[in-house]
Amino acid sequence: MMIITSGCGMTVLDPEGTVGEQQRDLIILSITFMLIIVLVVLILLTYFLVKYRERDGHRGYDPNIDGSVKLEVIWTAIPIAIVTVLSIPTVYTIFNIEEVPEASTENEEPLVVHATSSNWMWIFSYPEEDIETINYLNIPVDRPVLFKLTSADSMASFWVPQLGGQRYNMAGMETELYLQAGTEGTYYGRNANYTGEGFAEMRFDVNAIEESAFNEWVADVQEDAPELTQGIYDQFMVPGHVGEYTFSGTHLEWVDHAMDAEYAMEAWEREGYEPTNPHASDAPDGVPQLNIDVEAGSVETEDTQNEETPQEHDSHHHH
Amino acid sequence: MNLDWDEFIVTGEPFIHAGQISILLTSLGIIFVLTYFKKWKWLWNEWITSVDHRKIGIMYIIASMLMLIRAGVDALMMRTQLAVPEMPFLGEAQHYNEIFTTHGTIMIIFVATPFLIGLMNVATPLQIGARDVAFPFLNNLSFWTFFWGAMLFNISFVIGGAPDAGWSAYMPLASNDLSPGPGQNFYLLGLQITGIGTLATGINFVVTILKMRAKGMTLMRMPMFTWTTLITSLIIIGAFPILTVALAMQTFDRLWDTAFFTLQDGGMPMMWVNLFWLWGHPEVYIVILPAFGIFSEIITTFARKRLFGYTSMVFAIAAISGLSFLVWVHHFFTMGAGPMVNSFFSISTMAIAVPTGVKIFNWLATLHRGRIRFSVPMVWALGFIPNFTVGGVTGVMLAMAAADYQYHNTYFLVSHFHYVLIAGTIFACFAGTIYWWPKMFGVKLNARLGYWMFWLFMIGFNICFFPQYFLGLDGMPRRIYTYFPEDGWFSLNFISTVGAFMMGIAFVIFVYNIYYSYRYQPREMSGDAWDGRTLEWATSSAVPPHYNFAKIPEVKGQDAFWQMKQEGIDPNDIEEYQDIHMPNNTGTPFVMCVFMFIGGFGLVFHWWPIAIVGAIGIFACMIQRSFSRDDGHIVSAEEVRKEEEGIREGQAHENG
Ligand code: HEM
Ligand SMILES: [Cu+2]
Ligand SMILES: [Cu+2]
Repeated sequence: MMIITSGCGMTVLDPEGTVGEQQRDLIILSITFMLIIVLVVLILLTYFLVKYRERDGHRGYDPNIDGSVKLEVIWTAIPIAIVTVLSIPTVYTIFNIEEVPEASTENEEPLVVHATSSNWMWIFSYPEEDIETINYLNIPVDRPVLFKLTSADSMASFWVPQLGGQRYNMAGMETELYLQAGTEGTYYGRNANYTGEGFAEMRFDVNAIEESAFNEWVADVQEDAPELTQGIYDQFMVPGHVGEYTFSGTHLEWVDHAMDAEYAMEAWEREGYEPTNPHASDAPDGVPQLNIDVEAGSVETEDTQNEETPQEHDSHHHH
Repeated sequence: MNLDWDEFIVTGEPFIHAGQISILLTSLGIIFVLTYFKKWKWLWNEWITSVDHRKIGIMYIIASMLMLIRAGVDALMMRTQLAVPEMPFLGEAQHYNEIFTTHGTIMIIFVATPFLIGLMNVATPLQIGARDVAFPFLNNLSFWTFFWGAMLFNISFVIGGAPDAGWSAYMPLASNDLSPGPGQNFYLLGLQITGIGTLATGINFVVTILKMRAKGMTLMRMPMFTWTTLITSLIIIGAFPILTVALAMQTFDRLWDTAFFTLQDGGMPMMWVNLFWLWGHPEVYIVILPAFGIFSEIITTFARKRLFGYTSMVFAIAAISGLSFLVWVHHFFTMGAGPMVNSFFSISTMAIAVPTGVKIFNWLATLHRGRIRFSVPMVWALGFIPNFTVGGVTGVMLAMAAADYQYHNTYFLVSHFHYVLIAGTIFACFAGTIYWWPKMFGVKLNARLGYWMFWLFMIGFNICFFPQYFLGLDGMPRRIYTYFPEDGWFSLNFISTVGAFMMGIAFVIFVYNIYYSYRYQPREMSGDAWDGRTLEWATSSAVPPHYNFAKIPEVKGQDAFWQMKQEGIDPNDIEEYQDIHMPNNTGTPFVMCVFMFIGGFGLVFHWWPIAIVGAIGIFACMIQRSFSRDDGHIVSAEEVRKEEEGIREGQAHENG
């Protein structure tokens, strides 16, 4: 068990926050039980195969045994017991991670962030701070964050493995997910649910920083960042990849995708975007990289190939 | 659909061009061979129009194996693409996406399901002492729906473009807005045509098993494979109508702009997810229960013992089939349905582990005090036990919802379902095919090549899929076409790819073995190739005549044939032969399914005239069928006697 947890440094088993830690504990518990079961089966199988293989001087053959109530009761009862033993912590954890995680600092009020997926980018709105970021996320360390998840188009899944398990983003709906980072650092987050062509690169960074640094950053953004307008926002609805952006103001002022599933399709019309058959002769090659000129409020589209992935990925998790 | 003619044929990818050329050459080759050897008539009379359950079974198995090759090549291409970070092999994401979508769909719908249905066709009527299935015409129709549905799905690769929304085809991703082009239509119509036939098969086998058992074959004396066929057929009848309706609704969304599952006009995409898995979860039991049946037959035969805990085995499959309809939500625990719902589905899913565990221990206990022969089918059955256990226990891990939030959509899941589908279903397909091969073709497959294949495949399988559990725990999501060096997923992926190629080589050995055995293996004359226990081994010859039993045997207990042998009864020792009534061959189902293909093809491209031609053709065939009188034919007692005596002579010749 120690080898599995410490040796390989697997992301999910190496969490940095209370939510991920609860899940890790549950996983370790289940792995322990499951290894025991596999071992029992392997040992019994090997033993019978060696002992009862056909050979000279074979002994103990009895072709007419057809069962044993005693044995069958035993091996019905044992799985029931195991399932019961595993159900209790499972249900406990299921309920527990729906609650606000306990924070070790004085600020226990969760920070609310709306995480909206759009083909193929992530839009993060901080309603109370009245700011919005694209494809990256700053959160204060040690403070619970309440993510309100929705999607502008296809169903995505918001996942930051080191902070905790994923949850779906769905257009016309809102789901909630609590996460909390226990230590400062940059964590790799992504869409885990397949959404088509640009899915593999639909990643983002989560920077967990000191509360004071966070507040400073918010103040800077409110002051210096360009303001998000509906005209600019609509350009983010067009399928493609974009880099990281920061805005003051949020799109929640004019649309909440959890209430309005059609918004992205209407934005396509306004932007003159039409989906094309990927095998059509005029179909773009690969996923377009959208360069949105925030000052001029206009967009340029480049057809990019794979070598030009949109985001910097040097800061993603390392081993 | 406004499709330019130059878009009709898919171009631009070297693999697709290679595919086009090989399809063309293969088709020309087949036409040439059939014409040159004047085999067209034979093909039509002996196979295409046949209502003989064994021939239909063999056609199912051959077609499924061809599909296994197609989807296996897809798998190898995917594994090559993922072998190293930022691999340029498949070019861009789109191509990978189409490949994993077709791989998954073909493996489930056009390999696992029909392969098992093929084995059911071969063995089940014989096991219950029946002359054929209850509805032979329908049986032929089922096969051709599968075949032409598969063809329609497969041509998307070279014509119009393949679907790319995953085998689960989640909406709204699969809608016109987010998956434009004809690709997804191929998925919808190919599956629809096939699904109708699968439903018919379910009905056919339920009636066959309930109504056509030989005298004395009570339910609790039925061989385990027959039991699993029965229960599987019941699940099919419960589950496939859901698929039919769901596919129809998505087809309407795409072709006629309804809004069942769309983003616009109040559509409910999540309804698709629910409907899909309401069918999809039972479907995975449709492909695992018959596998359990096959392993039960093989383990009892080669341990030379009765099945341990027969009654509890029957109750276990019944319990599994019931539970299978109560757990579908475990495919989307992350949808945020709330802790109560997730807890319920967590526990109901884990409950399936209980009857499954009972079965594993019963198989182990069957080995206890046996005389175990390690024949080729047996090593597959024995290999199944530990490998499937690994798949099963990781299934329990996935069932623990709070933990599943971390495994969902990752390689942990990919590994889990391959452990159950390959170590369960595919091992069973191989084991069952090798086991019943002498019954189908009158020779045993070569054992030495068989062991080579087994070890290479089993070891390759573990090398391929075990590392994927760790990739999942390390945060690698499924369905990505590439990753970066910094992700740290390289070495495990590379190992995994090596394992995949080992499995590929093992399959090549299997195909070679078929050829080798056809040429060089001694003919199997006795009919009882493995010292079997159930009635299929009691028929007079290795390749039983089309009426199966000259005289229907009388059953006095479980393992009926074993019992006869113990008591020194020869079921083929017949004093007086009788006339046998058998159904006639028919070409109607084939023609009807060609029209389904044509109609489906028209719908894919919105080419209404073609679609209408298809519809008219289908109705014409239905009308033709309802007005035609077909009373079958009589095989006279004299003919039966001649045939049986001929077989007896052949056996004597071989022995003497
Ligand atoms: C040589 C054996 C096989 C190999 C190497 C293989 C490999 C793969 C790979 C690489 C994927 C894609 C994973 C991803 O990108 O997320 C995949 C997906 C899948 N495979 Fe296999 N596979 C094999 C056999 C099978 C069999 C026998 C079945 C079923 C009977 C099967 C069913 C599936 C399904 C349902 C998917 C999911 C497709 C999707 O995500 O839409 N595979 N397999
Ligand atoms: Cu939803
Ligand atoms: Cu399931």
